[in-house]
Amino acid sequence: MSLITCKDLVLGYENTVVLRKVNFSVESGDYLCVVGENGSGKSTLIKSLVGLIKPIRGEIIFSDGLHAGEIGYLPQQSGGKQDFPASVREVVMSGCLNSMGLRPFFGRVEKQRAEQSMRLLGIWDNRDDAVGNLSGGQRQRVFLARALCATSKLLVLDEPAAGLDPVVTSELYEIVRRLNREQGVAVVMISHDLQSAISNAGKILHLKHEQLFFGSAQAYRNSAAYRSLAGVDR
Amino acid sequence: MIELLEKMLTYPFMVRAFVVGGLVSLCAALLGVSLVMKRYSMIGDGLSHVGFGALAIAAALGLAPLAVAIPVVIAAAFLLLRLNVHGRVGGDAAIALISTAALAVGVMVVSLTTGMTTDVENYMFGSILAMEKGDVALSAALSAAVLAMYLLCYNRIFAVTYDETFARATGVRAGFYDSMLAVMTAVTVVLGMRMMGALLISSLIVFPALSAMRLCRRFKSVILCSALVSVLCFFAGMTVSYLFAAPAGASVVLMNLLVYGAFWAISALKTRLKSE
Repeated sequence: MSLITCKDLVLGYENTVVLRKVNFSVESGDYLCVVGENGSGKSTLIKSLVGLIKPIRGEIIFSDGLHAGEIGYLPQQSGGKQDFPASVREVVMSGCLNSMGLRPFFGRVEKQRAEQSMRLLGIWDNRDDAVGNLSGGQRQRVFLARALCATSKLLVLDEPAAGLDPVVTSELYEIVRRLNREQGVAVVMISHDLQSAISNAGKILHLKHEQLFFGSAQAYRNSAAYRSLAGVDR
Repeated sequence: MIELLEKMLTYPFMVRAFVVGGLVSLCAALLGVSLVMKRYSMIGDGLSHVGFGALAIAAALGLAPLAVAIPVVIAAAFLLLRLNVHGRVGGDAAIALISTAALAVGVMVVSLTTGMTTDVENYMFGSILAMEKGDVALSAALSAAVLAMYLLCYNRIFAVTYDETFARATGVRAGFYDSMLAVMTAVTVVLGMRMMGALLISSLIVFPALSAMRLCRRFKSVILCSALVSVLCFFAGMTVSYLFAAPAGASVVLMNLLVYGAFWAISALKTRLKSE
């Protein structure tokens, strides 16, 4: 069953259309990488999936028990809030809010879930550290843990590896792959690293103001869309 | 020390100032952390000027000051927020516009009616005698309500302040909590401004939060430290004001400045020790 189905989606800001003719679906357990050049509409698509942007036309259908607001989102790195006083635990816990209804305070269930996801991502020992003092890779793990608290079904990651060095990047991709395989969480991820996207992901969505390709990573390797982007890369 | 306290508390006006002032500084300290982190520090200043204008008009018309000032300042807070998010005028410029305009209206109304009386001066610079009997119950109730709201929304306020994008994506209504912050700030500013003065009330919002952030690295500890600093500085400032007949607002601000300096020195010392 599909978690998300996008039908004839047209996206943009105010009256400028950024992305059109988008038709794809995310099944539970999928690992989908969104690729494309800068400014091709990848982030816009991600933002509309998590409900930050309303589609101009078309629809995004949630099914299979997934509801809007139940997606674990990892926003593009802003880095602007490094001076914000917040501990790892506080930030991760804030991911639990979407399942609490109107309840004002965290209960045992939320604390357990936060602990679980901090342990999964190997940041349990840092739980009382200030997020601003962590390295870039560790900080992304904190945000992944927060995203994991918000969902058990679908993670939506907007360039999680931006600004990280190659070693930390491959560690992060490894973590995402593990979460996908072992926890059964579906992943939709924007990636600039085409080769690792193809080798890690089950499916590829290639955007360039419209949908150029959607299908399995294997089929993508032989597509014209892949050649155009890989050619640009080199 | 205890003798002094006993003596001060024999004056009903001091008890009123301590009760309401303590509650208001608590509110201001809690809100301050979010406002500073959201880069809204000047909102308190802008709102207090609007409050001054509203008080001047209320005095001229012979209306109850709080009943006029609170709704007007809440409206101004919403306006500032909307301008910040949607407007063509930038947030800081919007605050400058609204605050100076309101101040001008206030000054004009004052000079056309009563002229510069001590009441007006008290609105500008604050007075230890400002809390009148009739206001205490309302002020205490309102600040208690702000405190309760803040505590109930604490986790969501943290989420919205820390990362608004993520909060919105996971269904936290960021706009609602922003508006609530604005309303709570407006109420706090109006309640505090007659003691602290329209020109100085924003220090109550900014100083304790900044002092606490010098030393603490967790949100909860920043909040607690900020609250403690704020209340202690308020009491110390009021005591100074009582002992030396010094202006109330200025005394509290100077206390806060002292604490900020001390915390700054401690944190500088800490970093130096760490690097050695």
